[in-house]
Amino acid sequence: MPRPIYLESLFVLFLSRLLALFFNLFEPLFRLGQRVLGNSRIGWLFVGPNLLVFGLFTFLPILINLSYALTGGVNLMPQQRPFTGTENFAILLECRDYFDIQTCRKDVFWRAILNTIQFSLIQVVLMVLLSLLTALVLNRKIIGRGFWRGVFFYPVLLSPVVVALIWKWLLQNQGVFNAVLVGAGAAPVDWLTDASWAFFWTIFVSIWAHMGFYTLILLAGLQAIPKDMYEAAEMDAASPWRVLRRITLPLLMPNLIVVLVLAMIRAVQIFDEVFVLTGGGPGSATTFIVQFIYQTGFAEQIHLYGLAAAASLVLAIGLMLLTFAQLRLTRAEQAGQKAR
Amino acid sequence: MLTRYSPVRLAALAAMAALPLAAQAADIRVMCYQDGIECDVTAAIAKRFEAQNPGTKVIIDTVPYKTIVEQLPVQLAAGQGPDIARVTDLGGLSKYYLDVRPHLKNAAYMETNFGSTLPWLRPTAADKGIYGFMSQLTMTGPYVNKTLFEQAKVAIPGPKATWDEWVEAARKVSKATQTPAALAWDRSGHRFAGPAISYGAKIFDAKGDLVLDAGYKTAVTKFVAWHKDGAMLKEVWGGSGGSTYADSIGEFKNGRVAMVLSGSWQINRLQKDIGNAFDWAAVPNPCGPAACTGIPGGAAWVALKTSKSPKEVGAFLEFMAQEANYSEFVSKTDNIPAHAGLAKKGVNYATATPAARAALGVFSSGVASLSPVAFQFQGYKYNRAIMLPTVARVTQAIVGEMSVDEAFGKIGADMTDAVKQAQK
Repeated sequence: MPRPIYLESLFVLFLSRLLALFFNLFEPLFRLGQRVLGNSRIGWLFVGPNLLVFGLFTFLPILINLSYALTGGVNLMPQQRPFTGTENFAILLECRDYFDIQTCRKDVFWRAILNTIQFSLIQVVLMVLLSLLTALVLNRKIIGRGFWRGVFFYPVLLSPVVVALIWKWLLQNQGVFNAVLVGAGAAPVDWLTDASWAFFWTIFVSIWAHMGFYTLILLAGLQAIPKDMYEAAEMDAASPWRVLRRITLPLLMPNLIVVLVLAMIRAVQIFDEVFVLTGGGPGSATTFIVQFIYQTGFAEQIHLYGLAAAASLVLAIGLMLLTFAQLRLTRAEQAGQKAR
Repeated sequence: MLTRYSPVRLAALAAMAALPLAAQAADIRVMCYQDGIECDVTAAIAKRFEAQNPGTKVIIDTVPYKTIVEQLPVQLAAGQGPDIARVTDLGGLSKYYLDVRPHLKNAAYMETNFGSTLPWLRPTAADKGIYGFMSQLTMTGPYVNKTLFEQAKVAIPGPKATWDEWVEAARKVSKATQTPAALAWDRSGHRFAGPAISYGAKIFDAKGDLVLDAGYKTAVTKFVAWHKDGAMLKEVWGGSGGSTYADSIGEFKNGRVAMVLSGSWQINRLQKDIGNAFDWAAVPNPCGPAACTGIPGGAAWVALKTSKSPKEVGAFLEFMAQEANYSEFVSKTDNIPAHAGLAKKGVNYATATPAARAALGVFSSGVASLSPVAFQFQGYKYNRAIMLPTVARVTQAIVGEMSVDEAFGKIGADMTDAVKQAQK
């Protein structure tokens, strides 16, 4: 009986032929490179293009950013900017009393940092817990499992601006929420113009928008746990709580670390949704570090590029520390796995 | 068989390929924002210009106002940008303007008709260049919802009424008609400056540098207090962070306040959007102890150094400034003319509703009563240095992040920092 020809097989065949053609075309070049550079250095030929792009679009901007941070004035072109050394950092960090933000020269910068720390801690803890809970539920054989998975993942597909606008229309003073409240005879609530409520909604909306992504990562982790472990636990009459603590969580730990680190980095970088939702307000209640950088460098009509660049370096240091923490956690986890 | 090309044939082919590029060399890109239909009217005028100047194409890029305020300066600083732009940061961007005097057929016409506002576009007082012209004059000022006043049976205060009297009257209207608040001001340091000068703010010291004084502080104190006691709608200023602009006209159009402080540029939008929903009127600027002033201003068409077609840019600006074309622009867009000759003759606002025509009359006559400080403030290169911190810091005081005294101190510090940086 002849085997059916699947469309996928044809596609793979076509792709492999295309790749073969590509490498055949470049083979003389690679052979020449090998002759000129030698076997030990031929690798540079392969990583060269990527290094070039990386250098041009990552390293060079970092250096340019540094040059802006060390210069002053409002001109954009580097040659027109006077060298001011560490003045921008001094302006950012100058406080009469470090326990009273009000005494800082750039108090909004400090407020933005504190807001970012507060936001990151609350949002990340809630995000991880809720994502885990959702993943655990969605991993069970519930009715309409595929539908529910889609429901939780759907907000991830939306643009952050769309997410923020949807929620803004719901939450603004004449929005849907207040219409319901007023319809029920209650007083309208300042959802976005009261500092505490505005902060709460920035956390809520960001969790609503991104939870699906982290849930998906955890769900993949849960599905990778061998079923026989659960069967063994069932035979031993282990309680669900014990199964969770002794089997699920330890085996899910690599995924949890990834989720934790990604969520933390994303939280520190929060900008788009909050900027559209609250504009950083009321006052500076929801102004986060990236918005401070944007406003200082671009939104204010006197563009303080140097100050913005200095603030972005402070942010970069924060993100670097988080990345190191991720590396350490991952290595510790790997070491733990080997020991087990 | 391959065709063999001789050098002459190749040169001819290259010339033919370059033809479309040559035609595009006289394209003029105009970056335009509109409060009403300003860009649409400009496009219609541009079509006539194109008909009279074959080979020159005018491309009107209609953009949001935010693009003019936030993106255009960055583009210009990077050496990019359109040929002409409609801008409101008149002095702040002056270093990017192109002097079109060499390309004007009649520079004296511009001096005669736009002489009083041309200095607003010049980088220094001694400069005599012509960099463009004001597309319209504007003036900040309030609008009232007459229907709400009538429903509340509250008399509209007279021309010399103070801000306190207006707030009290609007408060009574708000209470009687159950609107969310009595009044709202645009979230803008420019709008705030009018009442501040009315309360006695000098804005400039003897040397001509920015200064914050008791008059300015009184205005800040009053404004914050009106928010705290619920007279002002909190959403406009309290609803944003930083110095982001937010207008209050939306709240007015929705009948949520009895009075707003905005400006003459909203007339077209008001007549179009409100229609017969309620009666509205522009009223003279309320008084303080020192003056009853708003702030003059407006938008200007400016030529930019980034242009590769300065000759065509000069010609197009001159065409738009011609009395007939200028008259068409201001009459169709319901704006106050900056053109002296036209202002003297009067503009026929044929399409304006009676309310819009009355409002134009109020603003036009109000120009004469503007404080000299208001004119000086409008033309000052670093006026943003006081306007932006005012918005950010006053908001912080409104939402309770700091006291009025602290906010006032912070405005001063931010202002000093910004001027220092701008002067580097």
